[in-house]
Amino acid sequence: MKELVFKEIDGGKPFYMLLGFMGLFVLTALGAAWYMEHNGHWVTGMNNQIVWGTPHVFAVFLIVAASGALNVASISSVFQKTAYKPLARLSGLLAIALLVGGLAVLVLDLGRPDRLIVAMTYYNFKSIFAWNIMLYTGFMAVVGVYLWMMMERKMNQFTRVAGFSAFVWRLILTTGTGSIFGFLVARQAYDTAIMAPMFIIMSFSFGLAIFILVLMGIYKWSDRPLGDSILFRLKNLLGVFIAAVLYFVLAYHLTNLYITENHGVERFILMDGGVYTRLFWIVQIGLGSLLPLALLYHPSTGKSRGWIGIASLLVIIGGMAQIYVIIIGGQAYPMELFPGKEVVSSFADGVVGSYTPSLPEVVLGIGGVALALAATFVGVRVLRFLPDSLSDEAVDPHYAAK
Amino acid sequence: MSKESNIDIYRRRFLSGTATAAAGLAVAPGVLLTEVANARPADEAVSSDVRWGMLIDTNKCDNGCDDCVTACNEEHNLEGFGRPTTDAQWIRKVTLKDKQTGHVQTLPMLCQHCEHPPCVDVCPTGASFRRDDGIVLVDKHICIGCRYCMMACPYKARSFIHEKLHDQMPYSPRGKGTVESCTFCVHRVDVGMTPACVEACSAEDHNAMTFGDLNDPDSDISQQLKQHSSRQIRADLELNTGVRYRGL
Repeated sequence: MKELVFKEIDGGKPFYMLLGFMGLFVLTALGAAWYMEHNGHWVTGMNNQIVWGTPHVFAVFLIVAASGALNVASISSVFQKTAYKPLARLSGLLAIALLVGGLAVLVLDLGRPDRLIVAMTYYNFKSIFAWNIMLYTGFMAVVGVYLWMMMERKMNQFTRVAGFSAFVWRLILTTGTGSIFGFLVARQAYDTAIMAPMFIIMSFSFGLAIFILVLMGIYKWSDRPLGDSILFRLKNLLGVFIAAVLYFVLAYHLTNLYITENHGVERFILMDGGVYTRLFWIVQIGLGSLLPLALLYHPSTGKSRGWIGIASLLVIIGGMAQIYVIIIGGQAYPMELFPGKEVVSSFADGVVGSYTPSLPEVVLGIGGVALALAATFVGVRVLRFLPDSLSDEAVDPHYAAK
Repeated sequence: MSKESNIDIYRRRFLSGTATAAAGLAVAPGVLLTEVANARPADEAVSSDVRWGMLIDTNKCDNGCDDCVTACNEEHNLEGFGRPTTDAQWIRKVTLKDKQTGHVQTLPMLCQHCEHPPCVDVCPTGASFRRDDGIVLVDKHICIGCRYCMMACPYKARSFIHEKLHDQMPYSPRGKGTVESCTFCVHRVDVGMTPACVEACSAEDHNAMTFGDLNDPDSDISQQLKQHSSRQIRADLELNTGVRYRGL
């Protein structure tokens, strides 16, 4: 194993074009946010029944993926797997970038984004949201310090401690994100402790899928060698994470199916929920879990970079569908205020909430993704985040023995 | 002997007298304070000696009547934009049909003014709050419009303001991008009046809604609650709602 040389990627025209392209998405998203704020939320698909819409799907996805993107670094620093060490810096950078992207979307979808300072200065310490504000800002600081320990030679000795802190922090952070839903007693689809660990395992999967795509993209684009050894390790790990998410989804639904009072919401999600049922079975389970599992472990597609990339992309699409079903499907199912009664009112009591994503919401969400990617590209351009080679010879400690 | 027993009697009388006086002293402030709180001067802080509550008798609630809703909309100028999914509704009439028996009844749903309100628990900034007298409100100045309270409310009692409002009532401030719900007409209650919906219900002689102090054992609402069986909606959540229903 050769000594690693970390280098900034080259700038030049293609870099600025890519950055400009991302910037365009960010600007359009800002325009969309302004349009929604100026007119009020009635121009979106959201209403008094579905109060969290597509921006929340993007924001929660990015925030969950952010903590998962840090996994590669944790495996290197906390679990001492040297093979992952060359990737640890990118992992930290991507984690911060994805979190920034997600938070930007979340904030711009507030009813009063101009009152961000209020959110920073008034705290209700019983609110999991308030804890999350601290967990998110703290995460950026902790990962920032962790990156510094990794990138400053004199500080390398503290890498493991910093890495351990970041690892613990990210577990608490995703527990907090899952508990936003886990702590909600009002709605049938939530109010369950499994949300916290399920969100953690979802973060492993989504974060790694994004990491693989970003890694492959940057190395291909900057013409640096990326060996099979490191990529195959990552894709095998992704397979394990996909299976683990499936297990949690199974445990969640089995528990609900056993409990009679939850039969209604299960019937809604699994059988007659229309778009939510289709998203669950076709996109989340079929395209987003089973197909990538097959692709990653099939003897031929599992060795093809193209298919590994496609499998990672499918995991991201499936993950978005999963969060859509949790957030919007969970709200669409009517609340059980009067068990055993048919309910009619002027306020959509007893009926499935209607929601269609509006263009500005989708544009705002995509802007968050673009912001995260742009921040990552700028990071690898100006600082030494990436080794100049990730060829098998450079990274595989057992390469010589082969 | 008889002298001694007389002394005993005097002693007993004295002791029981002091005990009665002490008991009287202990009870009186409670009773008196309640009286004071009912007519609380404007510069005096709200006290937990009072717990405002509402009892709704569904047997008296007329199926076709929505006077309470109209009164609320007028009182707070909850103008509609003709968009039922995004227009604010602080009180709504709900019609229930029993799936087994087909029995139909109707009742008004509004903020239940819980003792342990989930909306207050989840609010990140503390904009959702509960006054000491039990009224749950939103401070529109520090509400950031995150809508987590709407996710958390088990009664669907809250509305988000989806567009710009005009002609607001000075006593009932509202604002685009913030969340709101029934205030129990706090501006009326604070000056010794009852909420607009209750007044409208009585005006038509339906008298399906009773408003009053749950902490005062002599209040009409407490007496009715003591005499008749009533229930809280989603009592399983143990939120100890301020709004109770009879005949449900």
